[in-house]
Amino acid sequence: MEANRLTAHELLGALKEKRLSPKDIDEAIYARIGKIDSKVRAYPRTGNSGKEADEKAVGCAGPLCGLPVTVKDNICTTGLATECCSRILSGFYPPYDATVIAKLKSAGARIFPWKANMDEFAFGSSTENSCFGPTCNPWNTAFVPGGSSGGSAAAVAGDEAIWALGSDTGGSIRQPASFCGVVGLKPTYGRVSRFGLVAFASSLDQIGPITKDVEDSAILTGAISGYDPNDSTSVDYPVPDYTKSLGMDIKGLRIGMPKEYFVEGLDEQVKLSVKEAAGKLESLGACLKEVSLPHAQYAVPVYYIIATAEASSNLARFDGVKYGYRAPSESLMDMYKKTRSKGFGEEAKRRIILGTFALSHGYYDAYYLRALKVRTLIKKDFDTAFGDFDCIIAPTSPTPAFRIGEKASDPLKMYLSDIYTISVNLAGIPAISIPCGFTREGLPVGLQVMAKPFNEEMIFRVAHAFERNTEWHKARPQL
Amino acid sequence: MKYQTVIGLEVHLQLNTRTKAFCSCPTDFGRTPNSCVCPVCLGMPGTLPVYNKEALGYAIKVALAFSCKIQERTKFDRKNYFYPDLPKNYQISQYDLPLSRNGHLDISSGGNEKRIGITRIHLEEDAGKLIHGDKESMVDFNRAGVPLLEIVSEPDLNSPQEAFDYLTNLKNVIEYLDVSDCDMEKGSLRCDANISLRPEGSSGLGVKTELKNMNSFKGVKDALSYEVARQTGLLEAGEKLAQETRLWDAEKGVTSSMRTKEEANDYRYFPDPDLSVFVIGRETVSLAASRLPELPKEKAGRFMRDYGISAYEAGILTASRKGADFSEECIKLYPEKDKKSMVNWLIGPLLSEANARKRSLHELKIDKDELVNLLAFVDNQSISHLSAKSVLTQMIDSGRPASEIIKENNMLQISDAGELESMVCQIIAENEKTVNSFKSGKTNALMFLVGQVMKKSSGKANPKIVGDLIRRKIGDA
Repeated sequence: MEANRLTAHELLGALKEKRLSPKDIDEAIYARIGKIDSKVRAYPRTGNSGKEADEKAVGCAGPLCGLPVTVKDNICTTGLATECCSRILSGFYPPYDATVIAKLKSAGARIFPWKANMDEFAFGSSTENSCFGPTCNPWNTAFVPGGSSGGSAAAVAGDEAIWALGSDTGGSIRQPASFCGVVGLKPTYGRVSRFGLVAFASSLDQIGPITKDVEDSAILTGAISGYDPNDSTSVDYPVPDYTKSLGMDIKGLRIGMPKEYFVEGLDEQVKLSVKEAAGKLESLGACLKEVSLPHAQYAVPVYYIIATAEASSNLARFDGVKYGYRAPSESLMDMYKKTRSKGFGEEAKRRIILGTFALSHGYYDAYYLRALKVRTLIKKDFDTAFGDFDCIIAPTSPTPAFRIGEKASDPLKMYLSDIYTISVNLAGIPAISIPCGFTREGLPVGLQVMAKPFNEEMIFRVAHAFERNTEWHKARPQL
Repeated sequence: MKYQTVIGLEVHLQLNTRTKAFCSCPTDFGRTPNSCVCPVCLGMPGTLPVYNKEALGYAIKVALAFSCKIQERTKFDRKNYFYPDLPKNYQISQYDLPLSRNGHLDISSGGNEKRIGITRIHLEEDAGKLIHGDKESMVDFNRAGVPLLEIVSEPDLNSPQEAFDYLTNLKNVIEYLDVSDCDMEKGSLRCDANISLRPEGSSGLGVKTELKNMNSFKGVKDALSYEVARQTGLLEAGEKLAQETRLWDAEKGVTSSMRTKEEANDYRYFPDPDLSVFVIGRETVSLAASRLPELPKEKAGRFMRDYGISAYEAGILTASRKGADFSEECIKLYPEKDKKSMVNWLIGPLLSEANARKRSLHELKIDKDELVNLLAFVDNQSISHLSAKSVLTQMIDSGRPASEIIKENNMLQISDAGELESMVCQIIAENEKTVNSFKSGKTNALMFLVGQVMKKSSGKANPKIVGDLIRRKIGDA
């Protein structure tokens, strides 16, 4: 099989035994990109140089042995364009690496020179909001790959990457992983440093891996996790060897299924796949029961107040003064207005306006403060649930991938596609999406597994047990 | 109608920590533009602030010195507004849970003591600086992120002079704490004022005007005086005042409207999600309290007790911490029984020398041991007080020892009675009339005679001995 089709752990073995060289892997990836990326468009800048520079073959050093990692366009990489797929950051080459990038480099990984496509500033669930144009789902290019980390997920699903980093603020890793039939983990808030991740909503953002299987997820999560003195919200909590959670059984584990998630709006085929997956876990010895998350229905409104409020402030720095795009203008006010009007896309402007409104004098208490209070209640729902359960399973998304353009003109419909993933970010807990089936149309379905804070081990244990006993993760799109 | 002036001051103080508030860039003043910057203080995408523990320590020190209550739980908030000198277009500040509240500063104003309430003291970050050229404007971000302390007073000040005295006292305390340069010209201390007038005897507050752009304590006082006059004029003419922000023009000596209340910014404060709520433990506070240096009021009180000096004298000596330390070291070097003469010299000749050179006491180039030597010459009557003053000037100018200057100028007093006697006899012989009037009881006449002897000796005669000699001679005669 071509090297690009293998998982990272398979490649690590081959590299260590010198059956393959990093150059072989690069060649296979570039060949694959050359073959299919004109259809998938996971990498918006393949025309740019960068490939040449990277061709200086790298030896196998460190635990990650020179393996290339594809990185979402909102994670800072020294010397590589980091534009968040936004016109306003055009030409931004950070003079610093995100902490996760520095960690990967020191573990011997190489940063793939082409960054992955995404919704502008991670605002979206379909990767249609990129200034470079949409990415397509490798399973059916008429469909979206999900978002906002759609480029990362599509690249991994289409074997245009070995593995990738995404970021998840309300489901931006898990939902595209689900749509593309790959594995995506959102770690516990504070588990992975946010330094160098261009902020969308600082209290919700978390970087995580998108991989071909659970073992790769465990390896990559371990490589990027840990306390970072440059991020005050990262937590000084030991990083276990996550691969030790693999291969364990799940007999006797108490698994909850939130009754609030299996209601109107959930696609019948998704529901069926998830119920079947639950049955599988039960057959492996887990004890399944219904659990209640009574404030689940408020997650979407709470999220869109908190996330947009933070975003409105986080994106204020893009003003044309220091870096990125600046519109020709007559005066300071004129420059601000034109730069931001032309530099930001529609969805970015919508969220900035929403967030600005939520924080405005006279509205703060009614919206932002209230949202913070409900957020606490949502968190308490999970605290209570994890008193009785080891993990919670749910659909990752209420629907499989939708058609490109289908929801583009209806932001509310688009926002609802994150209804099952958002609570996890509000509560700060970890969750994974793993492949658990296909629709009749051949689109992947994802199963979400959540655990309490800093218990990624439980997630890997359950997800790996499911994966070992199913074949879904082995399916590959025909492209 | 008579009006009472109500003033509250907002002081911004740059802390002289080694590094900035949320990154590790140096806080040096006057460096090449944009040489003390990093991705964090430039607000580059993806960067995150990490608060400076040293700045927090400084802030706690100041809060305690003003008897503020330190909040156990505190947090940073974002103050959102667009301005090119603000890299992130929000300032990290503190809104509803400031570091400390409810303190006070006792000030001396016009000979009276008055307690001025301190509403709150909080930490925030400074912005950069705009440099305007002919066709373009540039930004220097060296200052961006330097820790600032905002000290907000209650509206307890009732005259421009009181405001001036408050600032002087406040600066005095801050200097003692050694946490800021307190230099208004360099911008390390900035002051905005809120002023309103109300009918005498009323307790409500009038329409508030915020004054900005003052760059000296005197500027604050002048701007406030201008406003008192302007507002009184308007009120007396029956006009209504608008709540507004006005800018002081120091050259023209006037204020002009910058924006009205309606145009005021909505800063959309909200908790900074990049910095978690933090707890300041009781131990931290009590440790900081135990390490507070002796503050000006306490020091002045102790000087009065220990050195038997007046409140006025103690006030002069403790006007700056370094000056007070210098004075105290000088006093300690001097023999116990004559301490008072050292104090007199410090607040007399030394202070005049310092004032003449526009320096502080401790900045005078004089060796303390040499100063002690000089005073010893005076105290044992080897030189006159007058000569000593001139020696002091020369010592400061040249840095040479007292003994050398005295010897070189042949200034040692003639105290030898034999040598003086012939001079005295000569003067008595030459001034028969004056001698007679002294004999008839006119004591002034003696002074004249002593003066004549001093003149004859080119100032070197010991006037006390001369006086005794004359008295004895005339008595003898």
